[in-house]
Amino acid sequence: MALSKPSPEAGAGAEPPEFMVRAENVHKSFGRLEVLKGIDLEVRPGEVMVVVGPSGSGKSTFLRCINHLEKINGGRLWVNGHLVGYRQKGDRLHEMRDREVAAQRRDIGMVFQRFNLFPHMTALGNVMEAPVQVKGLPRAQVRKQAVQLLERVGLADKTDSYPSQLSGGQQQRVAIARALAMEPALMLFDEPTSALDPELVGEVLEVMKQLAVDGMTMIVVTHEIGFAREVGDSLVFMDGGVVVEKGRPRDIIDNPQHPRTQDFLSKVL
Amino acid sequence: MTLTDENVPRERPTEIRAVPVRHYGRWVAAALILYIAIWAVYSVANNERFGWDTINAWFWDGAILDGIVTTLELTVIAMLMGVVGGVLLAVMRLSPNPLISGVAWLYVWVFRGTPVLVQIILWFYVKALIPTFSLGIPFGPTFVHFNANDLITAFVAGCLGLGLNEAAYMSEIVRAGILSVDPGQSEAATALGMSRAKIMRRVVLPQAMRVIIPPTGNETISMLKTSSLVSVIALSDLLYSVQIVYNRTYQTIPMLLVASIWYLVMTSILTVGQFYLERYFGRGTAQRQTMLERFVANLRVRSGRRP
Repeated sequence: MALSKPSPEAGAGAEPPEFMVRAENVHKSFGRLEVLKGIDLEVRPGEVMVVVGPSGSGKSTFLRCINHLEKINGGRLWVNGHLVGYRQKGDRLHEMRDREVAAQRRDIGMVFQRFNLFPHMTALGNVMEAPVQVKGLPRAQVRKQAVQLLERVGLADKTDSYPSQLSGGQQQRVAIARALAMEPALMLFDEPTSALDPELVGEVLEVMKQLAVDGMTMIVVTHEIGFAREVGDSLVFMDGGVVVEKGRPRDIIDNPQHPRTQDFLSKVL
Repeated sequence: MTLTDENVPRERPTEIRAVPVRHYGRWVAAALILYIAIWAVYSVANNERFGWDTINAWFWDGAILDGIVTTLELTVIAMLMGVVGGVLLAVMRLSPNPLISGVAWLYVWVFRGTPVLVQIILWFYVKALIPTFSLGIPFGPTFVHFNANDLITAFVAGCLGLGLNEAAYMSEIVRAGILSVDPGQSEAATALGMSRAKIMRRVVLPQAMRVIIPPTGNETISMLKTSSLVSVIALSDLLYSVQIVYNRTYQTIPMLLVASIWYLVMTSILTVGQFYLERYFGRGTAQRQTMLERFVANLRVRSGRRP
């Protein structure tokens, strides 16, 4: 596969774990439609990066590239010092086997806009599924951990409820607990509150805020500017497949430099 | 803007007890239908030409019961082959490997495109085409030889004909079920690090079952009756057993009624089983009620009690 710009230090295939995520000129196309046109970003361990931008700007696609749900067409992407989805041998990239990619994904938790809980399992079943099936841990131990996780997101009394019996906010909190059950080093949030009724947004943001306080590395795609200002360590504004502006949330929100950022913020604030 | 004083609870009004709308048309229709039904049953029951004595005499006959056992065996084995083969073919069909999905497509094309009656007969006469079977490596050494005559009995031919044909139909049902599951489900499972096989087994198929079960119940009921085609290879299932009797006694209609009543009994039992299967796999979505449960709930509402 052709890659646009092999980087000099990529020869080793590993990065010093200074960055949890490092993107270098990441390109992604769907057919002829170019969605990401060269993304350069770094996320340090423990950092909360908030990504905002109009729909179609490529934020979600970039998030999905990080755990290889989408294959990138050019550039390099490292998570925790490892190239995502590829292995570098000399100056050529080799695709990883499905099993190896799956192993990489275990360190990356993902929370979706539409929750995507497994409807045929209870809340507890949803949280227990991956540790039991993927890591092969004993059920009793996983159950104890899962109950603790559900307590942590404030749903200790909902362990035996099916997703259809829960509100949107409760479902999303179960989804967060499910992702945390794999003890990830990085959490990705893809518009986690966009499908929620307004009065349910707060409870989900509260859980995410607590997670940030506990030191989790997070990349959050959202339209919640208040959350970005309060919890975010850095803010990235994307538009048209490129990073238009990045910096401290307060600086960008209060004093956007680029006209497109100004335009966008004036609409959402 | 007016504010209601929330601190003063308002007096609860008496519950509405309205006179329900009377559906006189429904009562008239019900009475009419009941009248016709009673007349129909009465005239059939009193018509001697139906041969009720013969039906009564043969209904529990050992030969008939043996035929029922054969029919049930055929149905169960053919459906097992159909479901297992169908799932396998559906997963193959959805494989990213074009060769594998092509093989599945070819299988469905052949087995769905030819009459099942022909397939049964061909399996029965396979011994004429291939007299011996050998187990071994193609073009290499062989380990075991079978005589097709011993291997392919009428029963085996019947199972093969019905089961392999059913697999083709089931694969389309299973494929539709798999495709009906929200892609977000596989995506979430993928993000958790699950393998393709695990996602299929733990996440996709259990949800696909809700879509797969109703047409599969349909197929099972259909199979119970389609299995009667094996009478062409002289396999004594329920239909062939009654045929043997009426070829001897010339009581054609009564004997066919014996078979029909038995088929009806068996399909009724299957229908009940299907309901409970659907309820099991529908858990987490809608809770369905049995007709009896619904009837009881209705009565409660009508008598003014809370359901």
